[in-house]
Amino acid sequence: MPNTYQVISSVTVGSGGAANIQFTSIPQTYTDLILQVSARTDEAGANWSEGRITFNGSSSGYTNRYVLGTGSATSSGSVGTAYVYGGRGTAAAATSSTFSNSYIYIPNYASSNNKSISTDEVTENNATAALAFFNAGLWSNSAAITSITITPNTGNFVQYSTAVLYGIKNS
Amino acid sequence: MTATAIEVNCATGEVTERSLTAAEIAEREAMAAEYAAQKAQEEAEAAAKAAAKQAAQDKLKGLGLTDLEIAAITGA
Repeated sequence: MPNTYQVISSVTVGSGGAANIQFTSIPQTYTDLILQVSARTDEAGANWSEGRITFNGSSSGYTNRYVLGTGSATSSGSVGTAYVYGGRGTAAAATSSTFSNSYIYIPNYASSNNKSISTDEVTENNATAALAFFNAGLWSNSAAITSITITPNTGNFVQYSTAVLYGIKNS
Repeated sequence: MTATAIEVNCATGEVTERSLTAAEIAEREAMAAEYAAQKAQEEAEAAAKAAAKQAAQDKLKGLGLTDLEIAAITGA
């Protein structure tokens, strides 16, 4: 692991579950951030749940453009403006004890420019219905990112869901 | 399950589990309602699409096409 790729903080959800996960007081000493999420939710009757990311507690100024495959179909679209996609979880109808994987890159998070975000996510299921999802997002805000909140669109993250925040330095 | 938030303070490393605030609960409920509406709309659109596909196939059959011929022109 290069020393420019450092764990800032990590968390594993306990037995009580979590409605959201928040990283606060993010140091401003890195160039970029990477957020990796392995998650499962308790949403009944679904194979996956949306994950939604907001910065600094803000619920405005976001745009998204995505492409996805479900195992039986593909689609693309856009959504906004209250969040960016990220941190999706495998849900309760999928094979038990399987979790999603999300890789979320946030360059120049400390700058005064708008913040871009790219997301690469897959859910797991020992069946056809699993999701591959790519998203490009933007938060049109000049504030440096000091906190990140990850929220499933419905339900809770279940035990053993994990989120790790990395800092990337350019030297 | 009581809704809780997990807060990780990156400066101190402290991890706190706390109950959701009233604003977070309201946002969560709004989000769930929005999602339910979106899901219902998607299911309705999928059902309408499936019904239209079946109706089209039935009409083609009515014209005398075989299942193989229908599949050849529709990709179904």
